[in-house]
Amino acid sequence: MPEPRDAVIEVRGLRTQFGDHVVHDGLDLDVYRGEVLGVVGGSGTGKSVLLRAIVGLVRPRAGSVTVFGTDMLDASDTVRQKIEQRWGVMFQDGALFSSLTVRENVEVPMREQTGLSPETRRALAELKVSMVGLPAIACDKYPSELSGGMRKRAGLARALALDPEIVFLDEPTAGLDPIGASAFDALIKKLQTTLGLTVFMVTHDLDSLHAICDRIAVLAEKKVFVTGSMQDMLEVDHPWVHEYFHGPRARAAGFGSKG
Amino acid sequence: MNVTLSGRLVVAELAKAQAQIAAALPEPDVTLDLSAVEAMDTAGAWLVVTSQTEIEERGARCEIAGASPVQQELLEVVRQSMPAKDATAKPRHSFFDWLEAIGQKTWRGFQGLIEITAFLGAVVARLGYVALHPRRLRLTSLVHHMQQIGLNAVPIVSLMAFLIGIVMAFQGAVQLRQFGAEVFVVDLIAISVLRELGVLLTAIIVAGRSGAAFTAAIGSMKMREEIDAMETLGLDPIEVLVLPRVLALVIVLPLLGFVADVMGLLGGAAMSWIELGVSPGMFQTRLYDSVDVWHYVVGLVKAPFFALIIGIVGSYQGMKVGGDAESLGRLTSTSVVLSIFLVIVADAMFSVFFAVVGV
Repeated sequence: MPEPRDAVIEVRGLRTQFGDHVVHDGLDLDVYRGEVLGVVGGSGTGKSVLLRAIVGLVRPRAGSVTVFGTDMLDASDTVRQKIEQRWGVMFQDGALFSSLTVRENVEVPMREQTGLSPETRRALAELKVSMVGLPAIACDKYPSELSGGMRKRAGLARALALDPEIVFLDEPTAGLDPIGASAFDALIKKLQTTLGLTVFMVTHDLDSLHAICDRIAVLAEKKVFVTGSMQDMLEVDHPWVHEYFHGPRARAAGFGSKG
Repeated sequence: MNVTLSGRLVVAELAKAQAQIAAALPEPDVTLDLSAVEAMDTAGAWLVVTSQTEIEERGARCEIAGASPVQQELLEVVRQSMPAKDATAKPRHSFFDWLEAIGQKTWRGFQGLIEITAFLGAVVARLGYVALHPRRLRLTSLVHHMQQIGLNAVPIVSLMAFLIGIVMAFQGAVQLRQFGAEVFVVDLIAISVLRELGVLLTAIIVAGRSGAAFTAAIGSMKMREEIDAMETLGLDPIEVLVLPRVLALVIVLPLLGFVADVMGLLGGAAMSWIELGVSPGMFQTRLYDSVDVWHYVVGLVKAPFFALIIGIVGSYQGMKVGGDAESLGRLTSTSVVLSIFLVIVADAMFSVFFAVVGV
């Protein structure tokens, strides 16, 4: 992408800790408009915590999180709410409201934040459900009646309900079968190109990284150890990063080879 | 007719564009001009696509003009994922639906009764097996539950019974003083506390405290597939989880009932002394003379049965929990309501039985 890069999320000097356990220390990260950023790291390196810190679910001890040019930690509640309407979050297991059907789940953000008529809301929710690849009968089902993969898709449909500018995805393809995972990747890529979506994706899935991520950020040693394209990753001289991108699974996903 | 849409065709500003298009819908041929649209999201694309479908469905022509390549792609994406229109809307609830719902609820109630009886049977069968192989009894677990259900409940049960004693004495005093029959307050307190209230209220407190805890504990294990894991490891969930709980309850509830009886009498005696001037000595003499020991026995005989009801209902509801957190909450409250209800039903049946037998 040659055009000047416009950072929609800027994280500076982030420090998060739980009790004595420091998760991040002096972490810096930029997410640029319209890109798909994949965040990788070993278990316990705080990938999900970073996501939660950016969306405001975890309060950092120090540092700043700036979204669309607004410092989220200093902003008033009203300003923060305005910004929050411009992003959508998909949690690991969908985090659907269990007392509502899938369609009602997708309608929740629309009902809260727009003045759409009930018919329009219903139609839009059905469109979103169908866009993420769920059959129409899933609309009237409750989350407990769906499989894990279907719950994930429904979670994405809710995250996309208001056509946000940024979507946060927490391990979107974990637990999906390979066909479902590729379809998910293709869906995210398609939405990113047609809607100009910015995607912040925590993932372990090397195929996803290879297929849709424009840039990868590696978390290690309590900070973003390195960011860059796939090719850059292959040249990083850090034992974990090397192992990750040169291991047998990485080779199977097409890393290391040309193309 | 040419409809020129402009500005931001996004979800937040959809209503305006909707009104603009609705005005043009009846026209024979419509062109939707998107050249002035600055931004379009899926909601905007949805509006364009549905309007086009609607116009074309009544045989007219609808063209979309001026869409940029990205917008065209978005329109295509939305068009492909438009859900098929469901022709028949859901019928309204009729009288027959209501009738059917009642029938099904009744039937489910009966089924639940059968299932719970089957569960009781399974537990008793396991108990028989364990009685033949005493080493299979989980002693640590049994003692742990006895402490949880029994010892830890002593303060709340004592306080409750003491207050009940006070209430009985106070209410009785007001009535009996009118006849100058103050001393009968002892009979009133002793019979009502020993025969009914002590054990019944203890059972209700234990149902709320421990019955709910059984359902929640077993239910969350069921939810996290721990129970399935047990079965694959050759452990019997009834033997490991249900039996120690039910046995502990059956052992401990009579003891708690005894504590409640004593505290109820103490509360009653204290209030009689303050309110009526019946001294503790007089209370004691009257208690020995006029209150048959059978009242006490009849009260405590019921305790193990109440314990069985609470334990079986609590464990059974826990086993019924499915994969979702909602069923856990629902079944926990069902467990408490059902066990209290059944305890009171059993108490009523005992009353009839003892009246017939004549104790």
